[in-house]
Amino acid sequence: MIRWRRHERADITERFPTESVEGPLLEVTNVETHFETPRGVVHAVDDVSFSLDRGRTLGVVGESGSGKTVLSRSVMGLLPKKHVIRRGSIKFEGREIGNASAEEMRHIWGSQMAMIFQDPMTSLNPVMKVGKQITESLLYHLDISRTYATELAEALLTSVGIPEPKRRLAEYPHQLSGGLRQRVMIAIALACGPKLLFADEPTTALDVTVQAQILDLLQEQQRERFMAMILVTHDLGVVAGRTDEIAVMYAGKIVEKAPTSVLFRNMKMPYTEALVRSIPKLSDRSHTRLNVIPGRPPQLVNPPVGCRFAPRCPYAQDKCVKEEPPLRESDVPGHKFACWFPVGTPEGRDALERNRAAGLPAAVGSDGAATALPNSSAAEVG
Amino acid sequence: MPESQPPESAGTALADEMETTGLVADAFTVEIAGVTAGVQPTRKRRLGFGAWLALVWLVGLIVAAIAAPILPIAGPNETFTSIQRAQAPFATISTPGGGTTTPFAEGHLLGGDRNGHDLLSRAVYGARNSLIVGFGAIAFGILVGGLLGLIGGYYRGRVDSVIVAFLDIMLAIPALVLALSLTAVLRGRVPDLWILVIALAIISVPVLGRITRANTLVWSEREFVTAARAQGAKNWRIMTREVLPNVLPAMFSIALLGVAVVISAEAALRLLGIGLSITDPSWGGIINDGRDFLTQGITAHVVFVGSAFIFFTILALNYLADVVRARFDVREAAI
Amino acid sequence: MLDALGTILGILLILFVILGVLGVLALAVGTRAGRKKLLQLIVVLLVVTFFSFSLLHLTPGDPARTQKPFATEAQLRPIRKEIGLDKPFLVQYKDWLFDFVRGDFGKDYSTNLPVKDSIGKQLGVSLQLIFYAQFLALLFAIPLGILAAYKAGTWFDKIANSVAFGAIAIPPFVIAFVFIFYLAVQGGWFPTQQYVAFGTDPAEHIKHMFLPALSLAIAQIAIYMRLLRSDMIQTLQEDFITMAKAKGLTNRRILWRHALRPSSFTLLTAAALNFGALIGGAVVIEFIFQLPGMGLGLVTAVGTRQYSAVQAYVALIAVAFVLFNAFVDGVYSVLDPRIRHARVAAA
Repeated sequence: MIRWRRHERADITERFPTESVEGPLLEVTNVETHFETPRGVVHAVDDVSFSLDRGRTLGVVGESGSGKTVLSRSVMGLLPKKHVIRRGSIKFEGREIGNASAEEMRHIWGSQMAMIFQDPMTSLNPVMKVGKQITESLLYHLDISRTYATELAEALLTSVGIPEPKRRLAEYPHQLSGGLRQRVMIAIALACGPKLLFADEPTTALDVTVQAQILDLLQEQQRERFMAMILVTHDLGVVAGRTDEIAVMYAGKIVEKAPTSVLFRNMKMPYTEALVRSIPKLSDRSHTRLNVIPGRPPQLVNPPVGCRFAPRCPYAQDKCVKEEPPLRESDVPGHKFACWFPVGTPEGRDALERNRAAGLPAAVGSDGAATALPNSSAAEVG
Repeated sequence: MPESQPPESAGTALADEMETTGLVADAFTVEIAGVTAGVQPTRKRRLGFGAWLALVWLVGLIVAAIAAPILPIAGPNETFTSIQRAQAPFATISTPGGGTTTPFAEGHLLGGDRNGHDLLSRAVYGARNSLIVGFGAIAFGILVGGLLGLIGGYYRGRVDSVIVAFLDIMLAIPALVLALSLTAVLRGRVPDLWILVIALAIISVPVLGRITRANTLVWSEREFVTAARAQGAKNWRIMTREVLPNVLPAMFSIALLGVAVVISAEAALRLLGIGLSITDPSWGGIINDGRDFLTQGITAHVVFVGSAFIFFTILALNYLADVVRARFDVREAAI
Repeated sequence: MLDALGTILGILLILFVILGVLGVLALAVGTRAGRKKLLQLIVVLLVVTFFSFSLLHLTPGDPARTQKPFATEAQLRPIRKEIGLDKPFLVQYKDWLFDFVRGDFGKDYSTNLPVKDSIGKQLGVSLQLIFYAQFLALLFAIPLGILAAYKAGTWFDKIANSVAFGAIAIPPFVIAFVFIFYLAVQGGWFPTQQYVAFGTDPAEHIKHMFLPALSLAIAQIAIYMRLLRSDMIQTLQEDFITMAKAKGLTNRRILWRHALRPSSFTLLTAAALNFGALIGGAVVIEFIFQLPGMGLGLVTAVGTRQYSAVQAYVALIAVAFVLFNAFVDGVYSVLDPRIRHARVAAA
């Protein structure tokens, strides 16, 4: 049997110095991820840029098929090499990792960056004990003894709120409940003290009652460890009270990005508006019809020329179909959006009026302004 | 949860996204963990080069076997002193691999065996017996096994239980043991060739029966069978007109594999001293005749000639079975 | 000299079979399907032994005379009595079955020795051969299967698949002849025939067993490799593999520690079933290499027309096969819930 070679401790520190480096923790510039398929090239992620500081939280929101999962896997470098075209720059602690090989990324994965996956049932190895799944990355990345690793694993389980950690370590994933499984997954992700945590739809596969608990746990751990976190979700309610900044993705592009409070108060992009409206509110009477966004996201093999949301947009004008709006700064610092007729501006209001006069179906309600900020209880329900 | 976003609970978010973004996950390579996976060969509509090669080999063999008497080759039991002299075991045993044992000597394309027979002629006439045994046994097996499987899979219930139990019992005895004991029992009562065909056919019955039954079970569930039944069609008619045509590809595919197995089994039995007599050439017979030369280190070519015919025939049959399976999308899981 | 390894293997096998039967029994108590299975097992065993028993009577001529062709009528009389030919057919079967279960397998009339004596040794030899063959097959097939799945679609995968396809088409006896000619006769590295017990000389024992075991293993390597490859390709698409990658583990560790176990279910089932099938199924290889196993024993008995012995061989081989399958079945019904649970959830 071949012994698994552990990384030399010196090796890691040499390549990825542990002391703080100036500048943002993660800097993503013009990232593109395209898939080569028999039907053509799929533009899953197109020209996406953002940066993230230490200890901050970014929410990435979009419908399924918007490219948010592909984006998070692109940034982490988890996508396959074959049939995938990736361009742009990804800097982690000032170092370019956009074109790093899997061999080089291995020093970062788990120890510097970790990911929590959507479905803990399928993401935990069904035939490996929970304890082993936690300790294996500890043993692999840190130069510690087996007994110490087991102690650490136990402590980790305690810290993610799992009762009787000792017993759980010896159990298989299928013996745990969905919520406990996701806690185990969080424990695995946190094991080596990563600086950046990706949470890819961490609560989608869970019962509604457990979702809020898991999100609270994530938030608490993130603050405690001063980790940066990218929270990927299709549910604006999930990110509402828990992120510093939100990026809304549509059809592979970031269409609006703003600090969380700004986004909810002063959204510019009709898509964001539609997303916010589709969150059910506790104040609604029961049996209130949900606001849905009509239509589906476009096929990304041949993306439309103009604004990709135009076919579903109640504000859409001729210009939207012909010309793609650039991602531009609004008057609020840090707020960017891509729209020719932004919500809450005279142009936007005119566009909406014109469409309504022409009898076009309107997905978005009475006026351009957003109605209310979803409160945290709504987020839990959502 | 907003209604505009369908819950993404099933499957990974990535797969979900790939699907909605137009990625066909099953039609091309999906790699995960830097690990390539999921290569599903695109189904070939046209026969490939390999399939043609296999067909040519098999058809060529069958034609040669049928036309053997009119081919310009020696008779299978004709002896040539030139061959005998060249390969007399005791004359050459002192010089293993010496010049006197060249296989391609004196107009005998594949050389000859220790009895002075021309190997090409032995192989062509041997093809007659090997192919008769192979196809004959499987034809019989298909008839019996296919019928049992069809009836069991179609009627289900008690009939099916009895048939399945019967097939299970037959399957419980290792094939070669069954063939060995059957040939031992039948020896002397019927011609050797028939013994082989019957013994090997009996072995093939349970395998063919189970495949047919499994596929019949699936196809009998289909709407068009229900429709035919609703129109008042007779069971026998439904079985032969609606179910059987759909089950045939699976049966055919397994039958091709079966022929390959039987041809190999014939040779194995011959090695064990059971089966055809020495004057009846078969590929197994060639190997058996060359065995002493091989173990004495004189020459391996007699064994290899027989082996080569068996190998290429099995390869061709296996390949064609694969092609049939791929073309008709036969599910192996049903076995 | 007592053959220690053969004995150990024999004891292990018997233990396995007992465990398997116990497993089936345990199931039978609980579930309807289990009871049905047990009933089926008993019916199959009865029919199989009945078939083996009938062999003696299906053979043409007087069963006693066939076995002792040169005996006088006076000499045959006690033999007829011994076999029980004077009794009604079904009574004969009952008596024979009871003897069989007690381990009295009758007599070889060419040597006048009890069949039990030779079968005891032969079973040990056969089990060793099967064990080595399966060991070699898995030893090569597992790394090859993993590599082929890991490199699915590459030239390595294509070549491995083609070679495997070809290997499956070569009958084991052809492989045996190739080995004998090049490695034993011409190379002189291996003996061609005979058997040396492990206890007598371990090195010679391995030398004598290597070629037969490898001849049996070649086609199985190909089959196992393909089985593992296709299961492994499915496993590699699972989320927990991406998760393992995101932990920063090496590909090698991901493949061996994370992907292999969930992918090996079909492979292990096939290997287990093969083990049972080879108890009498290695006849030709045992014959070619003159290894005194069950197969060679059966062939010799058929050749010398010792049908009482043939009865015993066929019955033993068939019963061993049936019980072994029951064992695999029983073990997997115990193992299955967890794995099935995981599989279903992962699907």
